[in-house]
Amino acid sequence: MSEQTIDLKKRRFLTKATSVVGAVGVGFVAWPFLSTWKPSAKTKAAGAPIDIDISKLEAGQLVRVLWRKKPVWIFMRDEKALDALNSDGLIKSLDDPDGTGNSKNQQPSYVTSNFRSIKNKESVAVIVGVCTHLGCSPTYRPEPGAADLGGDSWKGGFYCPCHGSKFDLAGRVYAGVPAPTNLVIPPYRYVSDSLIRIGVDPEIT
Amino acid sequence: MKNKQNWIDQRFPLTKVWNEHLAEYYTPRNFNFWYFFGSLAMLMLGMQLVTGIFLTMHYKPDSAYAFASVEYIMRDVEWGWLIRYLHSAGASAFFIVIYLHMYRALLYGSYKGPRELIWILGMVLYVALMAEAFFGYVLPWGQMSFWGAQVIISLFGSVPVIGPDLLVWLLGDYAVGDAALNRFFSLHVIALPLILVVLVFLHIVALHAVGSNNPDGIEIKKNKDKDGIPKDGIPFHPYFTVKDTLGVVAFLWLLCAVVFYAPALNGYFLEHANFIEANPLKTPEHIAPLWYLTPFYSVLRAIPPMFGSQFPGVLAMGAAILILFALPWLDRSPVKSIRYRSPIYKWVLGVFVISFIMLGWLGVQPVTPLNALLARVFTALYFAFFILMPWYTSIGKTKEVPERVTG
Repeated sequence: MSEQTIDLKKRRFLTKATSVVGAVGVGFVAWPFLSTWKPSAKTKAAGAPIDIDISKLEAGQLVRVLWRKKPVWIFMRDEKALDALNSDGLIKSLDDPDGTGNSKNQQPSYVTSNFRSIKNKESVAVIVGVCTHLGCSPTYRPEPGAADLGGDSWKGGFYCPCHGSKFDLAGRVYAGVPAPTNLVIPPYRYVSDSLIRIGVDPEIT
Repeated sequence: MKNKQNWIDQRFPLTKVWNEHLAEYYTPRNFNFWYFFGSLAMLMLGMQLVTGIFLTMHYKPDSAYAFASVEYIMRDVEWGWLIRYLHSAGASAFFIVIYLHMYRALLYGSYKGPRELIWILGMVLYVALMAEAFFGYVLPWGQMSFWGAQVIISLFGSVPVIGPDLLVWLLGDYAVGDAALNRFFSLHVIALPLILVVLVFLHIVALHAVGSNNPDGIEIKKNKDKDGIPKDGIPFHPYFTVKDTLGVVAFLWLLCAVVFYAPALNGYFLEHANFIEANPLKTPEHIAPLWYLTPFYSVLRAIPPMFGSQFPGVLAMGAAILILFALPWLDRSPVKSIRYRSPIYKWVLGVFVISFIMLGWLGVQPVTPLNALLARVFTALYFAFFILMPWYTSIGKTKEVPERVTG
């Protein structure tokens, strides 16, 4: 036995094989640790749909609720505001007015294009109040012609104080601001005429 | 005494370590003002560790109690206000020291061979320190804590394809909340401090193996006497321990002036909005990170969204930090110290310093068309400093470097 020479080739193979098996083992052990960072069962349960009663919501009024810990706005637009959302002057200044470009994944398929609300309920808007730039919550600025937001060209909407992004009253982003896409419309349905459930799609009728 | 020392030395290399790193670590005798900041950085690390340990005894990492527990420390815990202000002002002081320490490396070419690894380890330390500071700022759970965390974590959400899932994994929830606060607390008080201490150890081991640079950028080990001691070197202890003690006294005097008379430094060390509890429904009127992160924040804001994504700005911000790692290989100058470099380099370094300070200043200002334009100009100048470095450091006439250190 003592005359046997060291087989370096075999030794290198064994070193490599051991390292590979060891690395796989480290990967398996790391998995439970990394998984603890995922939302816990309790957190997921807290992400369940929520119901909002809108029977007392008046035109121009906005309420903020937390859904999945994010602010969601529910607000009522009057006829004038809806007309403005359809006007060519506004649409020309938006980045993606019909939500088919950069913003095609920002809303469920069942909302209408210019109002971004459920059909026949155009006046009520439900929008996640989180700026698509870096997550701040924009300020509600419904008054048309606000001097600090561009005067006559401002048709009412939302202004993000963090980096100056602007959105219209349907949450559509203006062109040339830091936010890359329109605000997100969450899945929601009408349980009754005055009760909105946020977090689930409408039932197919 | 000698017996006790022998007893230990046979079991642990105490005398050897003492001599290698203090009594017989030969340090260039021409160190100047700029060489205070290494030891001051160590002092700040120690102070943050000690004050942090005591704050942890009273702080509650729960989104329902965090804000109130910090107020409890400020009002009800005896001397709690002092420990807290030392820690919060200490974070800013730490960064002032680190930025001056890094500027010293730029002045005297301390990152150049054979000290590339010291620079790399220092850069890793710098990045770890930024993470540590960010996590720490979230803990008081004020408005700036909350919305600052929201903005910084959203950066990861802009990564193509995996972004949204990555975001939820990092937060442990669909938004910044209790889960994020709790894990940031863990990272802030255990993971990152351990990493920082280990990195400081490696940084110093690498430094003591190669030897310190000096304001002349001369390798003192090239000129040794018959005993093998560098002719221009003097033992670190007692000469520089005494000098550094003077620096410590002067520095603590300034730090105490801030802690006692202006602990929030008019919103620069603790922002006003952070004295209001976190509210996930309302973003403050104006938000900005603390001053030491704003240069990179400005780079982020300077890049407009492209292809419906904020990711290019995030990449630019990452590049602004990562490009610093490459410094030892970008600099082609035959000399290290600014004293012997070409006049071109002095101008370029001046423009770089102005750009960095301006980016930092713009980062705390609201976005206006003029500010956005300025941020783009200074971002371009910032990157030009690095990208053009191989060119401008190889042209221009350098002065002759003397054999021995001067002054």
